[in-house]
Amino acid sequence: MVKNKKRDWILSLASAAVILAVLIFIDKRAHYSMLASVIQKAAIYSLLAVSLNLLNGFTGLFSLGQAGFMMLGAYTYAIFTIPSASRASVYQYFNGGAITFTLPVVLSVIAAGLVAAVFAWLVGKPCLRLKSDYLAIATLGFAEILRALIQWDVFGPVTNGSNILRSFPSFGSILTPVIISAVCIAIIVLLINSSYGRAFKAIREDEIAAEAMGINLAKTKMQAFLISSFFAGIGGALLAMFQASVQAKGFTSAMTYEILLIVVIGGIGSVTGSVIGSFLYIAASEWWLRFLDDSVTYLHVNIPFMRGGFRMVVFSVVIMLIVLFYRRGIMGENEFSWEAVLRFFRDPFHLVSRAHKKKAAKEAAGHE
Amino acid sequence: MTNDTMLSIKDLQVHYGGIEAVKGISFDVSEGEIVTLIGANGAGKSSVLRSIAGLVKPSGGSITFCGDNITGRDSTVIVKRGITLVPEGRKIFPNLTVLENLKIGAYMRSDDISEDIQWVYDLFPRLRERSWQAGGTLSGGEQQMLAVGRALMARPKLIMMDEPSLGLAPLVVRDIFEIIRQINRQGVSILLIEQNANMALKVADSAYVMETGCITLSGAGRDLLNNEAVKKAYLGT
Repeated sequence: MVKNKKRDWILSLASAAVILAVLIFIDKRAHYSMLASVIQKAAIYSLLAVSLNLLNGFTGLFSLGQAGFMMLGAYTYAIFTIPSASRASVYQYFNGGAITFTLPVVLSVIAAGLVAAVFAWLVGKPCLRLKSDYLAIATLGFAEILRALIQWDVFGPVTNGSNILRSFPSFGSILTPVIISAVCIAIIVLLINSSYGRAFKAIREDEIAAEAMGINLAKTKMQAFLISSFFAGIGGALLAMFQASVQAKGFTSAMTYEILLIVVIGGIGSVTGSVIGSFLYIAASEWWLRFLDDSVTYLHVNIPFMRGGFRMVVFSVVIMLIVLFYRRGIMGENEFSWEAVLRFFRDPFHLVSRAHKKKAAKEAAGHE
Repeated sequence: MTNDTMLSIKDLQVHYGGIEAVKGISFDVSEGEIVTLIGANGAGKSSVLRSIAGLVKPSGGSITFCGDNITGRDSTVIVKRGITLVPEGRKIFPNLTVLENLKIGAYMRSDDISEDIQWVYDLFPRLRERSWQAGGTLSGGEQQMLAVGRALMARPKLIMMDEPSLGLAPLVVRDIFEIIRQINRQGVSILLIEQNANMALKVADSAYVMETGCITLSGAGRDLLNNEAVKKAYLGT
């Protein structure tokens, strides 16, 4: 066991170094390529998916408020980091806005998480008594109400109403979102493997038994909800940096469904699955399937259905197929382990063991 | 009976909305004893256990444990004080491994639990073999063992079991009762609810018969086993 642990550490560090080197190379050579943009967005969505998974997959609370918490994070980050010089032009309809100071980027990202968590506490107090579908409806409603409120003119001096927020600091390198997401996901993984995580899973499995073990249901559910929202807020801040602009109308429930989809594709209750799922989903929707939106002329015939929006049709079909035939997702509830990878290389698709069995069967037949 | 009363129930009442499930019952559990409550479905046995464990709030009466009044306290406090419940129908965590199930049993403890895991594995060698298996893949008897083991992980002074023989084969039931005796010999007091009156009365030091929310009979386990009324109603002989 000890030897394996050492081996796993070496393998993890080595692969992290390789990934880092590749990322630096991409950053230097192709900063504006599709690949670089997919990597950044997928890294951010990994964090968002893992934070939703913490709630839906590990604690069994079906929440659909993710876009709302992301929006709070994105707005908090944007509002606090717009340089004083640019405020007059950004807040042109609100006399330069109510806030005149600027916070450092790191502080603003943390504030983004905290603001999301504070609102989660306010929403969670009444809503977490609800179960399954009812909780989903309540949180979805919260996100929609919040979106309307942010666009309300009365809050204009702070939120800029329905106008766009821009001019705030963005990513200098594609490494920034990857590293921040990786650190946040690592914290969530440590949490899941601690006794907190065990309490979350116990609630998911059986509330009565969990309570009989002395787990305080209300408090533990609130903890999960706050932690998930905190990281959703940070994810929102990262998304704001990636997009270089923020507008409330972008944070619709469709965004929550996107993240929920990633969780389902990756496997509900698997952190590895959420990360793999988000890279696959973002790469497919932003890049690989983009050609479906372009009109194609094949043998002088313009194929009629290849036009803007067709990509989403194909996507929906793929999703339906996954939900119908591949319900456990890519990883199920399993996590990445070097043991499994090495086992695969020793015996890919059980080819070796199958061949052995065949040979053994043949020999046995031969003896008779 | 010994005089060092551990758990003392006085005039306990439990209501579910307008329905009165437990109508003011009183009984004691002394240290090191096995006490059983027997009775038909709907007599209010489970409600008594659930209110002691803090899962439902009693509407009247008092529950005293080791000299402290614990009436209406949260399950968190009650588990910490040293009372754990093995819920009816086992209620193990089906998708978690046997080991994870046991670790959650020790959720309220912050000290080293590796010794207790070994202790539970020594009590139930089958669980050691299946340590990495998901709880839901175990047989009914093994799940019951896991539920008992999980409750023991909290190092309780008193363990309450809600129908541990439910849905198990007669041979397995015998094993479970053997284990109940064994746990009791190691100094853990036991409050047992059963419909299998025959087995329960054989192991119990003292026993109470419940009917529609009231205690109608009480006495030493062996005495009730020979009581004509009990024989007629519960033992079918």
